[in-house]
Amino acid sequence: MKGNDAIGEGAILAGCRHFFGYPITPQSEVTHYLAKRLPEVGGLFMQAESELASINLVFGAACAGARVMTASSGPGISLMQEGLSFLAGSELPCVLVNIMRGGPGLGNIGPSQADYFQATKGGGHGDYHTIVLAPNSVQEILDMMKKAFDMSDMYRMPVMVMADGIMGQMMEPVVINEEKSVEIPPRPWATIGRDYHENRNEINSLFVVLEEMEEVNLRLLHKYEEIHAKETLCEEYMLDDAEVALVAFGTVSRICRAVVDKAREQGIRAGLIRPITLWPFPHDVISRIAKSAQCFLAVEMNMGQMFEDVEIGAKGRAPVYHYGRLGGMVPLAKDILEELKKVSKRRGTGR
Amino acid sequence: MAKVTFWEERCKGCQLCTTACPKKIITMASNINEMGYHVASVTEQKKCTGCGLCVIICPDMVIEVERGREN
Amino acid sequence: MKKITARPYSLRDIPFHYCPGCMHGIAHRLVAEVIDELGIHGRTIGISSVGCSVFAKHYFNVDMIQAAHGRAPSIATGVKRVLPDRVLFTYQGDGDLAAIGIGDFIHTAYRGEKITTIFINNTVYGMTGGQMAPTTLIGQVTKTTPFGRSVEINGNPIRVCELIASVEGVAYVERVSLHNPKEIIKAKKAIRKAFEMQLNGIGFSLVEALSACPTNLGLSPLEAVKWMEEKMIPFYPLGVYKSPAGGGLSA
Repeated sequence: MKGNDAIGEGAILAGCRHFFGYPITPQSEVTHYLAKRLPEVGGLFMQAESELASINLVFGAACAGARVMTASSGPGISLMQEGLSFLAGSELPCVLVNIMRGGPGLGNIGPSQADYFQATKGGGHGDYHTIVLAPNSVQEILDMMKKAFDMSDMYRMPVMVMADGIMGQMMEPVVINEEKSVEIPPRPWATIGRDYHENRNEINSLFVVLEEMEEVNLRLLHKYEEIHAKETLCEEYMLDDAEVALVAFGTVSRICRAVVDKAREQGIRAGLIRPITLWPFPHDVISRIAKSAQCFLAVEMNMGQMFEDVEIGAKGRAPVYHYGRLGGMVPLAKDILEELKKVSKRRGTGR
Repeated sequence: MAKVTFWEERCKGCQLCTTACPKKIITMASNINEMGYHVASVTEQKKCTGCGLCVIICPDMVIEVERGREN
Repeated sequence: MKKITARPYSLRDIPFHYCPGCMHGIAHRLVAEVIDELGIHGRTIGISSVGCSVFAKHYFNVDMIQAAHGRAPSIATGVKRVLPDRVLFTYQGDGDLAAIGIGDFIHTAYRGEKITTIFINNTVYGMTGGQMAPTTLIGQVTKTTPFGRSVEINGNPIRVCELIASVEGVAYVERVSLHNPKEIIKAKKAIRKAFEMQLNGIGFSLVEALSACPTNLGLSPLEAVKWMEEKMIPFYPLGVYKSPAGGGLSA
């Protein structure tokens, strides 16, 4: 199965029956798949006139209590940021997929991880977070869609799944664990008409009384703290005796895993930290490894965005270096290995 | 027989009702309410026909009209 | 004696925050009365927009959603597509519908979405303090057209009813005014008809209600009514612009 198809099938397995989206490369295949597949399972696929409309159609469907999603890529996700902020403020569940491409601007359709800041540090206006998941295999994409919907329901907030064109195009065998029925949690807050629930419901993100807004902000903060404590996910590979800890997510983490093996063959004790949740970021794992490793090397397809989170986690205990390819280019294993050898001899922080 | 009453505390003194009244019996009172507005009032209650046009135009649902025999 | 009037059940008993002479209160009441009369209170969901009428979410005694600026039609569509048996209405001002949200509005109309839009046109941005709206008249002074709106700089005002009257998915379009009891009675009939179009599954329905914003026009409420009669209505003719029986203006 192809990564982009796995996004669609994973959503269907998770009980999602509504998709609203707009074409953009390299995400379009997700829409192609769901346009065919959703009607087969009694669902609705609808192409909107823009990403602005897409995210607000998602907003409406979420208000109505549906499991709903959209997918896009960089420029389209930028257009959705207003909606994302409103979804966060109104505490509505939904899932977004970002198949990242090179940027800024129109950029190109090459694989990229340049939307890390946008996804993990807010993106839209106001004080909020989005849960961000970064799969690195087709099987993980398939399984992660269910997890994304479950988390968005549990915490009543948008969840983003981030991948890139390589993940989208990658074809791998998968095991489909078809659950007989997906249990979608009740939504007593949904605006479905007063005949259908006890109280009058209002979905809203306007709080003109400053104290009320602060109360909402604090409630969100507590929710985010709980998510940080309970939901942070990270894969650790060969870290027990690692001198150099590579940190990478998504596509790049697959390459880095091979680099770790290669380095060990050459007698360099390397390991890999793969954040699976980019927000919440596994700062604690970085902190723990910072006590034993000599240094970190963040490898990304950007100028050094996750790098900053690694630095936060390292708390100055160990230097953090960065190696990145930009513009849609993918770092090669041999180049990462070279960089790894270089930083294993260096001292002090820097990129 | 008709009677018109104004919910003075909600009146914003916009005077739209004065234009709607065919008998021209609605005027603005000299007293002001808690919001600081001169409130609408009826001077010659007897002339009220209970047509309800003032109710229709009032943006703040200040006016109540009763019609029929007095209890 | 018997009360001939009662507050509609679909309107909560909360004082409106609107300025003196603002006609939002009238429009709110008409929509609520129609919801009551059609017996759809329990399955109606309203979407309030951004601007003064954002607080509509608070006033209507039905489930309400507060939308981002201009996006109410898309949100209403999202709800309707999940719950096709519900009644959806959006309540939008001129800035929200005809400026920032005209894309959402037009596409919703073209899709023939079975929702009802109540469009309040008072030719000016209220909440942000009296700036030019897409429906501001030529020559009209606002905070952002201090020398009057000019065609050269600002372009022409948008006539929304005329704009979508020819659209196939659109079932009903009428422009009404809220400046006197006679027109208000007509406005209520139009709103009722618009909701009926939705209930009968015919298509998208729009009622444009001309309204006054005395505060931002810098006029007294009574002067504002006169201004509507003399300036606004001649430019925005009242009447039915589209109905299933056929289009055309029939004031």
